[in-house]
Amino acid sequence: MDKFYHSVRLEEELCKGCINCIKRCPTEAIRVRNGKARINSKFCIDCGECIRVCSHHAKKATYDKLDVMRNWKYTVALPAPALYSQYNNLDDVNIVLNALILMGFDDVFEVSAAAELVSEATREYLTLHEDQYPIISTACPTVVRLIRVRFPNLISHLLPLKPPIEVAATIAARRAMEQTGLPREDIGICFISPCPSKVTYAKAPLGTEKSQVDCVLAIKDVYPQLLSHMKAVGEDMLELSTSGKIGVSWGRSGGEAGGLFTENYLAADGIENVIRVLEDLEDQKFTNLKFVELNACNGGCVGGVLNVENPYVAEVKLKRLRKYMPVARSHMENQEHAEEIVPWTERVSYEPVFNLGENMMESFARLNQVERLCRKFPGLDCGSCGAPTCKALAEDIVRGEASENDCVYYLRENLHRLSEEISILADDLHAGGSGGHETLNILKEYIQRISSEMSLLDNKEDEEDG
Amino acid sequence: MEGIVLNYTISPDDFTRAGEASSDVKRKLKQLGVSPEAVRKVAIAMYEGEINMVIHANGGEITVEITPERILMILADSGPGIPDVEKAMQAGYSTAPDEVRSLGFGAGMGLPNMKSYTDDLKIETKLGVGTTITMEVRLE
Repeated sequence: MDKFYHSVRLEEELCKGCINCIKRCPTEAIRVRNGKARINSKFCIDCGECIRVCSHHAKKATYDKLDVMRNWKYTVALPAPALYSQYNNLDDVNIVLNALILMGFDDVFEVSAAAELVSEATREYLTLHEDQYPIISTACPTVVRLIRVRFPNLISHLLPLKPPIEVAATIAARRAMEQTGLPREDIGICFISPCPSKVTYAKAPLGTEKSQVDCVLAIKDVYPQLLSHMKAVGEDMLELSTSGKIGVSWGRSGGEAGGLFTENYLAADGIENVIRVLEDLEDQKFTNLKFVELNACNGGCVGGVLNVENPYVAEVKLKRLRKYMPVARSHMENQEHAEEIVPWTERVSYEPVFNLGENMMESFARLNQVERLCRKFPGLDCGSCGAPTCKALAEDIVRGEASENDCVYYLRENLHRLSEEISILADDLHAGGSGGHETLNILKEYIQRISSEMSLLDNKEDEEDG
Repeated sequence: MEGIVLNYTISPDDFTRAGEASSDVKRKLKQLGVSPEAVRKVAIAMYEGEINMVIHANGGEITVEITPERILMILADSGPGIPDVEKAMQAGYSTAPDEVRSLGFGAGMGLPNMKSYTDDLKIETKLGVGTTITMEVRLE
């Protein structure tokens, strides 16, 4: 699978070519070209901000339709803890889990149960790796992707343990094979996701060669279906839940860190805040921190774009739900092969996608050019050129992906200058200066240049209309 | 090859802006493909210097010269000067006022950190006139 695979896509016919998404993208990955937004796959980290901000609904997350379940003989649902937080007055997780069976799944395995194993493994990892402090959570795939392209110095701080989704999928697949005797390919492990970032993880994971997740469904698709089945769940429902407070709390910011029994942690959520924390971590502005939990979405996983409920309301519901739960119900010692299932099997390495050139020589020349261009541009960051800032346009130009004339202010100034020069020439001609014929030719040339630059502006308008 | 010269003005008494210059340098070094280790050293040393200029010297000017061989940071201020450079270089020695310490700065690690994260550090200082600190990080 492509190491820059993405689940966030553009629905071209819906895109109006406005500048909302280019302004909000935290890695400056989007440009408007020919009137349509284009996502640079090397810069994009699948955070979903553009999906959130696009008022034309032109940004879409790729995920599987509900009927994908028919592809396998036996299916296991892996509900994310965020799913529980979507429902009002939910007192017992078993209602959701039983409803998933009624919906057609053959079995369920809670991601929150796997999360408790990861919490336990993290506690042990923390005691053995003081030299690696602060250790940065790797549960949010967007954060890992961000660090991979932008924070090379922090890669060694990444917690080399698989995220709960992967641990859950591995255990669920093994259990299904043991119980049914079916080969792996007949078993479908279906994650019910709050975000597109997990879709990306399932297709192109970091830290493991291949994910055991076979398909990813959106919470917003499952939510209404499940609601009707939940009403049908009776008193005789099965006890299917195997997680407690620690596992369920992973659904919100601070939940993962809360399961580590240490005060020396930092938990930040929202992609802009995450970037600020990573910048400061890189400059070693924090001391005495053991663990850093980072979630790309506001509020944590409850804030993912595939949820239905407002993240902060969802958080309240999660708190209510976990109130009478036991602390934890899944433990490493009760899980066969847990020690080999949980750790990463592959390292994450730096992808220097933001380099300006192919080599240092080229990068130096290009950075100097960027500095010169930035002095030329108005510094308004208006976005009319299709890049989020004047600096981003300058970087595009030196990479050969845009031109100075994409800046409407630069173009306007050019036109002014040309028309001034024309009027000087015309005056000259009028005064009967020497070489009248030659001046006339130059005048014609100037007028041609003006009209060709004017037509550039026309093109821009066409693009925007189109 | 053409080197790159970057100039920054550090405004006094504004802790919220301290670090802007070092962040910008960090971003540019990454775009140049400078090794992550060198980026880290420059970012830490320069941030320390920037903070020092804000705390002690009413701001100043920073010039950064980048070539493929080395990164040179020149931090010049017209502050009070350093009375005892040797003492200032000791870890934990601090003259920062209480209000600065309450913000979590002023632990007395500024100059020692700047020295340990760079390959060369020179201090020229004159009481009542100002201080110029020149730091170099060499690139392989």
